[in-house]
Amino acid sequence: MIIVFALFLLTLLVITALAIVQTTNLFVAVMLTSIFSLLMASNFFILDAADVALTEAAVGAGITTVIFLAALMLTTEHEKPHLSRRKLNTVVITILASLIIYATFDKPRLGDPDAPVHQHLAPWYLEKTPEYMDFPNVVTAILGSFRGYDTLGEVFVVFAACIGVLFILGVKPPEGSTYNPYRSGLKHHLIPQVVGRLLIPFLVLFGLYVQFHGEYSPGGGFQAGALIASAIILYALLEGEAAALRAVPRSVLLGLVIGGATLYGGVGVVCILMGGNFLEYTVLLDNPVAAQQTGIILIEAGVGMAVCGALLSIFHAFAARPMRV
Amino acid sequence: MIETVVDILSWFLLCTGGIFVLIGGIGTLRLPDFYTRLHAASLTETMATILILVGMILQAGLTLATIKLLTIMAFLLLTAPTASYALANAALQSGNSPNAQQRDDQT
Repeated sequence: MIIVFALFLLTLLVITALAIVQTTNLFVAVMLTSIFSLLMASNFFILDAADVALTEAAVGAGITTVIFLAALMLTTEHEKPHLSRRKLNTVVITILASLIIYATFDKPRLGDPDAPVHQHLAPWYLEKTPEYMDFPNVVTAILGSFRGYDTLGEVFVVFAACIGVLFILGVKPPEGSTYNPYRSGLKHHLIPQVVGRLLIPFLVLFGLYVQFHGEYSPGGGFQAGALIASAIILYALLEGEAAALRAVPRSVLLGLVIGGATLYGGVGVVCILMGGNFLEYTVLLDNPVAAQQTGIILIEAGVGMAVCGALLSIFHAFAARPMRV
Repeated sequence: MIETVVDILSWFLLCTGGIFVLIGGIGTLRLPDFYTRLHAASLTETMATILILVGMILQAGLTLATIKLLTIMAFLLLTAPTASYALANAALQSGNSPNAQQRDDQT
Protein backbone atom coordinates (compact mmCIF):
# COMPACT_ATOMS: atom_id res chain seq x y z
CA MET A 1 0.00 0.00 0.00
CA ILE A 2 2.68 2.45 1.04
CA ILE A 3 4.61 1.76 -2.18
CA VAL A 4 1.56 2.81 -4.24
CA PHE A 5 1.37 6.04 -2.27
CA ALA A 6 5.11 6.63 -2.71
CA LEU A 7 4.86 6.03 -6.47
CA PHE A 8 1.92 8.44 -6.67
CA LEU A 9 3.89 11.12 -4.82
CA LEU A 10 6.99 10.58 -6.96
CA THR A 11 4.92 10.88 -10.14
CA LEU A 12 3.46 14.15 -8.88
CA LEU A 13 7.01 15.26 -8.09
CA VAL A 14 8.11 14.65 -11.68
CA ILE A 15 5.04 16.47 -13.04
CA THR A 16 5.71 19.44 -10.75
CA ALA A 17 9.37 19.54 -11.79
CA LEU A 18 8.42 19.56 -15.49
CA ALA A 19 5.87 22.31 -14.83
CA ILE A 20 8.53 24.42 -13.08
CA VAL A 21 10.81 24.10 -16.12
CA GLN A 22 7.98 24.85 -18.55
CA THR A 23 6.47 27.97 -17.01
CA THR A 24 7.85 31.40 -17.86
CA ASN A 25 5.92 33.14 -15.10
CA LEU A 26 8.27 33.24 -12.14
CA PHE A 27 5.45 33.69 -9.63
CA VAL A 28 3.92 30.40 -10.79
CA ALA A 29 7.37 28.79 -10.63
CA VAL A 30 7.79 29.89 -6.99
CA MET A 31 4.42 28.43 -6.03
CA LEU A 32 5.26 25.19 -7.83
CA THR A 33 8.60 25.05 -6.01
CA SER A 34 6.69 25.28 -2.75
CA ILE A 35 4.42 22.41 -3.84
CA PHE A 36 7.53 20.44 -4.86
CA SER A 37 8.99 20.90 -1.37
CA LEU A 38 5.77 19.78 0.27
CA LEU A 39 5.64 16.64 -1.89
CA MET A 40 9.29 16.00 -1.10
CA ALA A 41 8.56 16.34 2.61
CA SER A 42 5.78 13.75 2.32
CA ASN A 43 8.19 11.47 0.49
CA PHE A 44 10.80 11.83 3.21
CA PHE A 45 8.15 11.02 5.77
CA ILE A 46 7.16 7.85 3.91
CA LEU A 47 10.84 6.84 4.00
CA ASP A 48 10.74 7.31 7.82
CA ALA A 49 13.04 10.34 7.67
CA ALA A 50 10.92 12.55 9.91
CA ASP A 51 13.81 14.90 10.75
CA VAL A 52 14.46 15.73 7.11
CA ALA A 53 10.74 15.96 6.37
CA LEU A 54 10.32 18.54 9.12
CA THR A 55 13.21 20.62 7.75
CA GLU A 56 11.97 20.37 4.18
CA ALA A 57 8.44 21.44 5.15
CA ALA A 58 9.59 24.36 7.29
CA VAL A 59 12.42 25.67 5.13
CA GLY A 60 11.55 24.46 1.63
CA ALA A 61 7.82 24.97 1.58
CA GLY A 62 7.65 27.82 4.07
CA ILE A 63 10.53 30.24 4.37
CA THR A 64 12.14 29.76 0.96
CA THR A 65 8.82 30.61 -0.69
CA VAL A 66 8.55 33.83 1.30
CA ILE A 67 12.14 34.79 0.42
CA PHE A 68 11.57 33.95 -3.27
CA LEU A 69 8.42 36.09 -3.28
CA ALA A 70 10.34 38.91 -1.62
CA ALA A 71 12.95 38.60 -4.37
CA LEU A 72 10.23 38.73 -7.03
CA MET A 73 8.92 41.96 -5.49
CA LEU A 74 12.34 43.49 -6.21
CA THR A 75 12.74 42.16 -9.74
CA THR A 76 10.14 41.09 -12.27
CA GLU A 77 7.56 38.38 -12.59
CA HIS A 78 8.42 37.15 -16.07
CA GLU A 79 11.39 35.16 -17.23
CA LYS A 80 13.60 36.91 -19.76
CA PRO A 81 13.41 35.32 -23.19
CA HIS A 82 16.80 33.83 -23.91
CA LEU A 83 18.53 32.61 -27.01
CA SER A 84 18.03 28.89 -27.08
CA ARG A 85 20.57 26.47 -28.45
CA ARG A 86 18.07 23.67 -28.57
CA LYS A 87 20.17 21.12 -30.38
CA LEU A 88 23.17 21.41 -28.09
CA ASN A 89 20.93 21.41 -25.01
CA THR A 90 19.10 18.30 -26.13
CA VAL A 91 22.32 16.43 -26.85
CA VAL A 92 23.88 17.34 -23.48
CA ILE A 93 20.72 16.47 -21.55
CA THR A 94 20.28 13.17 -23.39
CA ILE A 95 23.85 12.13 -22.62
CA LEU A 96 23.60 13.11 -18.95
CA ALA A 97 20.19 11.50 -18.50
CA SER A 98 21.31 8.21 -20.04
CA LEU A 99 24.43 8.25 -17.84
CA ILE A 100 22.30 8.75 -14.73
CA ILE A 101 19.82 6.06 -15.77
CA TYR A 102 22.76 3.71 -16.51
CA ALA A 103 24.16 4.45 -13.04
CA THR A 104 20.89 3.50 -11.35
CA PHE A 105 21.24 -0.08 -12.64
CA ASP A 106 24.02 -0.61 -10.11
CA LYS A 107 21.95 0.87 -7.30
CA PRO A 108 20.75 -1.58 -4.64
CA ARG A 109 17.01 -2.10 -4.36
CA LEU A 110 15.09 0.38 -2.14
CA GLY A 111 15.31 -0.75 1.47
CA ASP A 112 17.68 -3.63 0.70
CA PRO A 113 19.30 -4.57 4.04
CA ASP A 114 22.47 -5.75 2.24
CA ALA A 115 23.04 -2.36 0.60
CA PRO A 116 26.48 -0.91 1.41
CA VAL A 117 24.92 2.10 3.10
CA HIS A 118 23.22 -0.17 5.64
CA GLN A 119 26.34 -2.27 6.19
CA HIS A 120 29.12 0.27 6.45
CA LEU A 121 28.67 2.61 9.45
CA ALA A 122 24.95 2.58 10.18
CA PRO A 123 24.97 -0.59 12.37
CA TRP A 124 27.78 0.89 14.44
CA TYR A 125 25.82 4.14 14.95
CA LEU A 126 22.69 2.21 15.92
CA GLU A 127 24.64 0.06 18.33
CA LYS A 128 26.71 2.77 19.98
CA THR A 129 24.13 5.56 20.33
CA PRO A 130 22.37 4.03 23.38
CA GLU A 131 25.75 3.26 24.92
CA TYR A 132 27.45 6.64 24.34
CA MET A 133 24.53 9.08 24.48
CA ASP A 134 21.65 7.16 26.06
CA PHE A 135 18.87 8.74 23.99
CA PRO A 136 16.74 7.19 21.25
CA ASN A 137 17.07 9.61 18.29
CA VAL A 138 20.09 8.28 16.37
CA VAL A 139 19.78 11.08 13.80
CA THR A 140 20.51 13.70 16.45
CA ALA A 141 23.40 11.61 17.75
CA ILE A 142 24.97 11.36 14.29
CA LEU A 143 24.31 15.01 13.49
CA GLY A 144 25.52 16.42 16.78
CA SER A 145 28.29 14.13 17.88
CA PHE A 146 29.46 11.39 15.50
CA ARG A 147 29.54 13.75 12.54
CA GLY A 148 29.78 17.02 14.44
CA TYR A 149 32.35 18.42 11.99
CA ASP A 150 29.86 18.23 9.11
CA THR A 151 27.22 20.06 11.12
CA LEU A 152 29.77 22.68 12.11
CA GLY A 153 30.46 23.14 8.40
CA GLU A 154 26.74 23.50 7.71
CA VAL A 155 26.39 26.16 10.40
CA PHE A 156 29.26 28.10 8.87
CA VAL A 157 27.64 27.78 5.44
CA VAL A 158 24.46 29.31 6.90
CA PHE A 159 26.60 32.01 8.49
CA ALA A 160 28.38 32.74 5.21
CA ALA A 161 25.09 32.81 3.27
CA CYS A 162 23.67 35.33 5.71
CA ILE A 163 26.73 37.55 5.42
CA GLY A 164 26.64 37.26 1.63
CA VAL A 165 22.99 38.32 1.37
CA LEU A 166 23.57 41.20 3.78
CA PHE A 167 26.57 42.36 1.72
CA ILE A 168 24.55 42.38 -1.50
CA LEU A 169 21.23 43.73 -0.21
CA GLY A 170 22.34 45.63 2.86
CA VAL A 171 23.50 48.68 0.90
CA LYS A 172 21.52 51.90 1.20
CA PRO A 173 18.35 51.94 -0.96
CA PRO A 174 18.46 54.38 -3.89
CA GLU A 175 17.28 57.96 -3.41
CA GLY A 176 13.57 58.62 -3.65
CA SER A 177 12.68 55.19 -2.36
CA THR A 178 9.03 54.97 -1.39
CA TYR A 179 9.37 52.20 1.13
CA ASN A 180 7.90 52.92 4.52
CA PRO A 181 8.30 50.15 7.09
CA TYR A 182 5.42 51.52 9.12
CA ARG A 183 2.94 51.05 6.30
CA SER A 184 3.69 47.41 5.45
CA GLY A 185 1.69 44.55 6.93
CA LEU A 186 -1.97 43.61 7.03
CA LYS A 187 -3.10 45.96 9.79
CA HIS A 188 -6.54 46.55 8.32
CA HIS A 189 -7.22 42.88 7.61
CA LEU A 190 -8.80 41.80 10.84
CA ILE A 191 -9.32 38.07 10.30
CA PRO A 192 -5.79 37.04 9.22
CA GLN A 193 -4.41 39.25 11.94
CA VAL A 194 -6.50 37.74 14.74
CA VAL A 195 -5.88 34.16 13.62
CA GLY A 196 -2.19 34.84 13.03
CA ARG A 197 -1.75 36.36 16.47
CA LEU A 198 -3.43 33.31 17.93
CA LEU A 199 -1.03 30.97 16.11
CA ILE A 200 2.29 32.74 16.66
CA PRO A 201 2.77 31.73 20.34
CA PHE A 202 2.02 28.09 19.48
CA LEU A 203 4.48 28.19 16.58
CA VAL A 204 7.23 29.53 18.83
CA LEU A 205 6.35 26.99 21.53
CA PHE A 206 6.48 24.16 19.00
CA GLY A 207 9.83 25.47 17.78
CA LEU A 208 11.23 25.42 21.31
CA TYR A 209 9.84 21.90 21.82
CA VAL A 210 11.51 20.71 18.62
CA GLN A 211 14.74 22.35 19.76
CA PHE A 212 14.91 20.87 23.23
CA HIS A 213 13.23 17.54 22.56
CA GLY A 214 15.45 16.79 19.57
CA GLU A 215 17.23 13.98 21.40
CA TYR A 216 14.01 12.05 21.89
CA SER A 217 11.82 12.91 18.91
CA PRO A 218 12.40 14.13 15.36
CA GLY A 219 13.88 17.59 15.33
CA GLY A 220 16.82 19.63 16.42
CA GLY A 221 18.44 22.97 15.85
CA PHE A 222 17.83 23.34 12.11
CA GLN A 223 14.12 22.58 12.32
CA ALA A 224 13.60 24.66 15.45
CA GLY A 225 15.43 27.65 14.01
CA ALA A 226 13.32 27.49 10.85
CA LEU A 227 10.06 27.15 12.83
CA ILE A 228 10.79 30.09 15.12
CA ALA A 229 11.93 32.17 12.16
CA SER A 230 8.71 31.35 10.31
CA ALA A 231 6.68 32.46 13.34
CA ILE A 232 8.46 35.81 13.37
CA ILE A 233 8.11 36.14 9.58
CA LEU A 234 4.37 35.56 10.01
CA TYR A 235 4.38 38.35 12.59
CA ALA A 236 6.22 40.61 10.15
CA LEU A 237 3.72 39.84 7.38
CA LEU A 238 0.77 40.60 9.66
CA GLU A 239 1.96 43.54 11.71
CA GLY A 240 4.47 45.03 9.33
CA GLU A 241 8.22 45.14 9.06
CA ALA A 242 8.67 47.79 11.74
CA ALA A 243 6.74 45.87 14.41
CA ALA A 244 8.78 42.72 13.75
CA LEU A 245 12.01 44.68 13.98
CA ARG A 246 10.80 46.24 17.24
CA ALA A 247 10.13 42.76 18.63
CA VAL A 248 13.43 41.29 17.40
CA PRO A 249 15.85 44.07 16.40
CA ARG A 250 18.57 43.66 13.76
CA SER A 251 21.31 43.69 16.37
CA VAL A 252 19.69 40.71 18.11
CA LEU A 253 19.44 38.85 14.79
CA LEU A 254 23.10 39.43 13.97
CA GLY A 255 23.94 38.48 17.56
CA LEU A 256 22.04 35.20 17.09
CA VAL A 257 23.89 34.36 13.87
CA ILE A 258 27.33 35.21 15.24
CA GLY A 259 26.55 33.82 18.70
CA GLY A 260 25.26 30.55 17.29
CA ALA A 261 28.32 29.93 15.12
CA THR A 262 30.63 30.99 17.95
CA LEU A 263 28.83 28.78 20.48
CA TYR A 264 29.28 25.75 18.24
CA GLY A 265 32.94 26.49 17.57
CA GLY A 266 33.46 27.49 21.21
CA VAL A 267 32.22 24.12 22.49
CA GLY A 268 34.82 22.51 20.23
CA VAL A 269 37.59 24.74 21.55
CA VAL A 270 36.54 24.10 25.17
CA CYS A 271 36.81 20.38 24.44
CA ILE A 272 40.41 20.94 23.31
CA LEU A 273 41.18 23.03 26.40
CA MET A 274 39.81 20.27 28.65
CA GLY A 275 42.19 17.78 27.10
CA GLY A 276 40.14 16.13 24.36
CA ASN A 277 39.95 16.48 20.61
CA PHE A 278 37.97 19.19 18.82
CA LEU A 279 34.23 18.53 19.46
CA GLU A 280 34.97 15.47 21.63
CA TYR A 281 32.25 16.11 24.20
CA THR A 282 33.11 13.24 26.56
CA VAL A 283 35.73 15.38 28.33
CA LEU A 284 33.24 18.13 29.24
CA LEU A 285 31.91 16.42 32.39
CA ASP A 286 32.99 13.53 34.60
CA ASN A 287 30.21 11.28 33.34
CA PRO A 288 30.89 10.69 29.61
CA VAL A 289 27.19 10.02 28.76
CA ALA A 290 26.02 13.21 30.48
CA ALA A 291 28.90 15.07 28.83
CA GLN A 292 27.82 13.87 25.37
CA GLN A 293 24.25 15.00 26.08
CA THR A 294 25.42 18.40 27.34
CA GLY A 295 27.62 18.88 24.30
CA ILE A 296 24.83 17.97 21.90
CA ILE A 297 22.32 20.27 23.64
CA LEU A 298 24.85 23.13 23.48
CA ILE A 299 25.71 22.71 19.82
CA GLU A 300 22.03 22.21 18.89
CA ALA A 301 21.32 25.52 20.62
CA GLY A 302 24.09 27.07 18.52
CA VAL A 303 22.61 25.60 15.34
CA GLY A 304 19.12 26.82 16.23
CA MET A 305 20.34 30.35 17.00
CA ALA A 306 22.38 30.57 13.80
CA VAL A 307 19.60 29.25 11.53
CA CYS A 308 16.88 31.41 13.09
CA GLY A 309 19.03 34.55 12.98
CA ALA A 310 20.25 33.92 9.44
CA LEU A 311 16.77 33.25 7.99
CA LEU A 312 15.33 36.34 9.66
CA SER A 313 18.26 38.54 8.61
CA ILE A 314 17.85 37.39 5.01
CA PHE A 315 14.09 38.02 5.16
CA HIS A 316 14.56 41.53 6.56
CA ALA A 317 17.30 42.30 4.05
CA PHE A 318 14.83 41.54 1.22
CA ALA A 319 11.85 43.19 2.89
CA ALA A 320 13.71 46.44 3.57
CA ARG A 321 14.37 47.09 -0.13
CA PRO A 322 11.99 49.38 -1.99
CA MET A 323 9.47 47.49 -4.08
CA ARG A 324 9.36 47.46 -7.86
CA VAL A 325 6.58 49.81 -8.96
CA MET B 1 -21.48 -5.09 18.08
CA ILE B 2 -20.70 -1.53 19.10
CA GLU B 3 -17.28 -1.85 17.46
CA THR B 4 -18.85 -2.78 14.15
CA VAL B 5 -21.17 0.23 14.32
CA VAL B 6 -18.25 2.58 15.09
CA ASP B 7 -16.23 1.00 12.29
CA ILE B 8 -19.02 1.39 9.75
CA LEU B 9 -19.65 4.97 10.88
CA SER B 10 -15.97 5.86 10.62
CA TRP B 11 -15.64 4.35 7.14
CA PHE B 12 -18.78 6.17 6.07
CA LEU B 13 -17.25 9.46 7.28
CA LEU B 14 -13.89 8.71 5.63
CA CYS B 15 -15.51 7.85 2.29
CA THR B 16 -17.77 10.92 2.38
CA GLY B 17 -14.71 13.02 3.17
CA GLY B 18 -12.92 11.48 0.20
CA ILE B 19 -15.88 12.30 -2.05
CA PHE B 20 -15.81 15.89 -0.80
CA VAL B 21 -12.09 16.12 -1.64
CA LEU B 22 -12.84 14.79 -5.11
CA ILE B 23 -15.69 17.26 -5.64
CA GLY B 24 -13.46 20.08 -4.42
CA GLY B 25 -10.71 19.04 -6.82
CA ILE B 26 -13.06 18.78 -9.82
CA GLY B 27 -14.63 22.11 -8.89
CA THR B 28 -11.27 23.84 -8.64
CA LEU B 29 -10.45 22.66 -12.15
CA ARG B 30 -13.83 23.11 -13.80
CA LEU B 31 -15.55 26.18 -12.34
CA PRO B 32 -15.44 29.36 -14.42
CA ASP B 33 -13.77 32.12 -12.37
CA PHE B 34 -11.53 32.68 -9.39
CA TYR B 35 -14.16 33.05 -6.66
CA THR B 36 -16.16 29.97 -7.59
CA ARG B 37 -12.93 27.98 -7.76
CA LEU B 38 -11.96 29.26 -4.33
CA HIS B 39 -15.38 28.18 -3.11
CA ALA B 40 -14.73 24.65 -4.36
CA ALA B 41 -11.26 24.60 -2.81
CA SER B 42 -12.54 25.81 0.55
CA LEU B 43 -15.09 22.99 0.52
CA THR B 44 -12.14 20.59 0.60
CA GLU B 45 -10.42 22.27 3.45
CA THR B 46 -13.40 22.60 5.81
CA MET B 47 -16.01 19.90 5.19
CA ALA B 48 -13.57 17.22 4.04
CA THR B 49 -11.19 18.02 6.92
CA ILE B 50 -13.94 17.56 9.49
CA LEU B 51 -15.26 14.35 7.94
CA ILE B 52 -11.89 12.68 7.41
CA LEU B 53 -10.45 13.64 10.78
CA VAL B 54 -13.59 12.59 12.69
CA GLY B 55 -13.48 9.30 10.80
CA MET B 56 -9.84 8.86 11.81
CA ILE B 57 -10.67 9.73 15.43
CA LEU B 58 -13.33 7.01 15.47
CA GLN B 59 -10.74 4.59 14.11
CA ALA B 60 -8.18 5.60 16.73
CA GLY B 61 -10.49 5.31 19.73
CA LEU B 62 -9.59 6.88 23.06
CA THR B 63 -5.82 7.14 22.64
CA LEU B 64 -3.14 9.80 22.43
CA ALA B 65 -3.64 9.79 18.65
CA THR B 66 -7.18 11.14 19.17
CA ILE B 67 -5.85 14.19 21.01
CA LYS B 68 -3.27 14.77 18.28
CA LEU B 69 -5.94 14.45 15.58
CA LEU B 70 -8.20 16.88 17.44
CA THR B 71 -5.33 19.38 17.68
CA ILE B 72 -4.61 19.00 13.96
CA MET B 73 -8.31 19.53 13.22
CA ALA B 74 -8.44 22.66 15.37
CA PHE B 75 -5.37 24.10 13.61
CA LEU B 76 -6.66 23.23 10.14
CA LEU B 77 -10.11 24.65 10.83
CA LEU B 78 -8.52 27.87 12.08
CA THR B 79 -5.93 28.36 9.36
CA ALA B 80 -7.54 27.03 6.17
CA PRO B 81 -10.60 29.33 6.09
CA THR B 82 -8.31 32.23 7.02
CA ALA B 83 -6.12 31.39 4.04
CA SER B 84 -9.20 31.27 1.78
CA TYR B 85 -10.32 34.62 3.14
CA ALA B 86 -6.88 36.14 2.59
CA LEU B 87 -6.82 34.81 -1.00
CA ALA B 88 -10.28 36.17 -1.80
CA ASN B 89 -9.43 39.47 -0.17
CA ALA B 90 -6.18 39.77 -2.12
CA ALA B 91 -8.04 39.03 -5.35
CA LEU B 92 -10.65 41.68 -4.56
CA GLN B 93 -7.98 44.26 -3.70
CA SER B 94 -6.16 43.63 -6.95
CA GLY B 95 -9.31 44.41 -8.95
CA ASN B 96 -10.72 40.95 -9.71
CA SER B 97 -14.40 41.71 -9.14
CA PRO B 98 -16.82 38.84 -8.42
CA ASN B 99 -19.38 39.72 -11.06
CA ALA B 100 -21.36 36.85 -12.51
CA GLN B 101 -23.20 39.13 -14.95
CA GLN B 102 -19.91 40.28 -16.44
CA ARG B 103 -18.97 36.67 -17.11
CA ASP B 104 -22.17 36.11 -19.04
CA ASP B 105 -21.45 39.12 -21.22
CA GLN B 106 -17.99 37.89 -22.10
CA THR B 107 -19.00 34.40 -23.09
